[in-house]
Amino acid sequence: MAPPRSFLWSRRIFLTLLTGFVLVPVYVMVSSSLKPLADVTGKFRWLPSGLTVRPYIDIWSTVSLAKYFVNSLVVAGAATVCSVVIAVFAAYAVSRYAFHGKRVFTVTVLSTQMFPGILFLLPLFLLYVNIGNATGIALFGSRGGLILTYLTFSLPFSIWMLIGYFDSVPRDLDEAALVDGCGPLGALFRVVVPAAIPGIVAVAVYAFMTAWGEVLFASVMTNDTTRTLAVGLQGYSTQNDVYWNQIMAASLVVSVPVVAGFLLLQRYLVAGLTAGAVK
Amino acid sequence: MTTTAHEQAGTTAVPRSPAGGADATRDPRRRPRPGRLRRASLPYLLLLPALILELLVHLVPMVIGAVMSFKELTQFYIRDWGSAPWSGLGNYRVSVDFHAPVGEALLHSFLVTVGFTLLSVGLCWLVGTAAAVFMQDTFRGRGLLRALFLVPYALPVYAAVITWVFMFQHDNGLVNHVLHDQLHLTDKRSFWLIGDNSFYALLTVSVWKGWPFAFLIVMAGLQNIPRELYEAAALDGAGLWQQIRRITLPSLRPVNQVLVLVLFLWTFNDFNTPYVLFGRAAPDAADLISVHIYQASFVTWNFGTGSAMSVLLLLFLLLVTGVYLALTSRGRRSSRA
Repeated sequence: MAPPRSFLWSRRIFLTLLTGFVLVPVYVMVSSSLKPLADVTGKFRWLPSGLTVRPYIDIWSTVSLAKYFVNSLVVAGAATVCSVVIAVFAAYAVSRYAFHGKRVFTVTVLSTQMFPGILFLLPLFLLYVNIGNATGIALFGSRGGLILTYLTFSLPFSIWMLIGYFDSVPRDLDEAALVDGCGPLGALFRVVVPAAIPGIVAVAVYAFMTAWGEVLFASVMTNDTTRTLAVGLQGYSTQNDVYWNQIMAASLVVSVPVVAGFLLLQRYLVAGLTAGAVK
Repeated sequence: MTTTAHEQAGTTAVPRSPAGGADATRDPRRRPRPGRLRRASLPYLLLLPALILELLVHLVPMVIGAVMSFKELTQFYIRDWGSAPWSGLGNYRVSVDFHAPVGEALLHSFLVTVGFTLLSVGLCWLVGTAAAVFMQDTFRGRGLLRALFLVPYALPVYAAVITWVFMFQHDNGLVNHVLHDQLHLTDKRSFWLIGDNSFYALLTVSVWKGWPFAFLIVMAGLQNIPRELYEAAALDGAGLWQQIRRITLPSLRPVNQVLVLVLFLWTFNDFNTPYVLFGRAAPDAADLISVHIYQASFVTWNFGTGSAMSVLLLLFLLLVTGVYLALTSRGRRSSRA
């Protein structure tokens, strides 16, 4: 049955307006990154007076963008790998075993999701400083401290989503593996994990995005050598001139890895959410 | 969301133990006693890394935060915060004394945050749901549009918000150019990032950034609605609009229960958006509570008061979440019966 005209027209109008709303900032980001400086300091122009790639060359020397980029890659990459591995173990335990304290564990882990970041910031700051003073392990200001923090941030949601996903993997599969002589870990890695790849990819994307975009802890817990992109990008506007074309170019450069990755893997994310979270 | 995850975990975990027991008795030599002991401790071993991290990064700091809120913790005691003098309920008294400047500012910030959160969550949900429902059936360009709509969500917060900062600039921004130069809607160029307008600027950015998440979740939820429901309704002569009202929206209720709560908590606690949009000093009209507490702690170096405010914020969120879950779960149960 063909949809009624009223539906088609509402859909057309709504989606057109929404596309405009979504696209305008993206257009501003892309077009401004190709404008000469005069175009972005004077009155706003929809079309550049001339196209230039200078901003894309200058961004690397105005601030130490390459260094921040590497820091962000290391921090977000390490946090993602650790978070996924730890979440797989935890979700497997919750999904496949009956044990005391299961309810307490899931409820506690999930409720941390609702705590305001600002609540941890001050104590974690003091905790890291004091651990550093007591043991000599530099957590405050180091990449390690930031990795630890970020990977824990993405853990609750990851565990929660993977529990749902593992539950949807037929239990007969890993029981068959156990009968065939696999240990529990063998069953996990040979049977359950391969069957839950979409969920695991979704969780990895989520963990990477969380770490790549975080601002609050990055602004307090990093120093000159460990600064990540989230803080580093603010360097362009503390100069005497605000190089908007360079800011836009830098924003675009730091966005491309995550946006491209996200769009490539979004099918998995929707599949993962459908199977795990939204059930 | 807590209950859903647990229900699933609970129901599926039950049949496991008899099967495991049978397994162990079938071949006693292959699984001797120490092995069974190891089996019993295996789930705990699997949980251990997650547990340690949760303790280190979430739970211990929370306890420390609660303790700190009872201390007079100023910059002089940062190096050795154990030696800071106890102040009893002093920090709380300062925080909730709404006639004194500190308490008055906190109350103002709280009310701004409540208003902002309600509007932002409502709009995000509305736009996300509408888009997901409109895009339920296939049409040309649907895949492209879906990818496009997810871009604001995929962009790192700072990159997206910094673009909006540029658009909201007084002299060289797009917003003033369109409203003033092109449409002549305003007499003169407005300020968007200071003064009363900052609230609307913040709301716009927040909705722009937040609605794709609602879209994503509702889209996933729509895929779980059985096709037969629509076919049966179509046979009964229900039009498309009626199908949406009678089937789609009611079927989304469990998804919405989780979605609205998550959106609420994230928006209420949002720090990144206002911090990048306004910098350290948020304008009064858009003084969200996270930034307010951040300023109260790190700018004035008074961690005790900052902690007390954080604890109050957490108590408020716990209360709201509890009441919300109680109300919506009861509604769900009675509607199911």
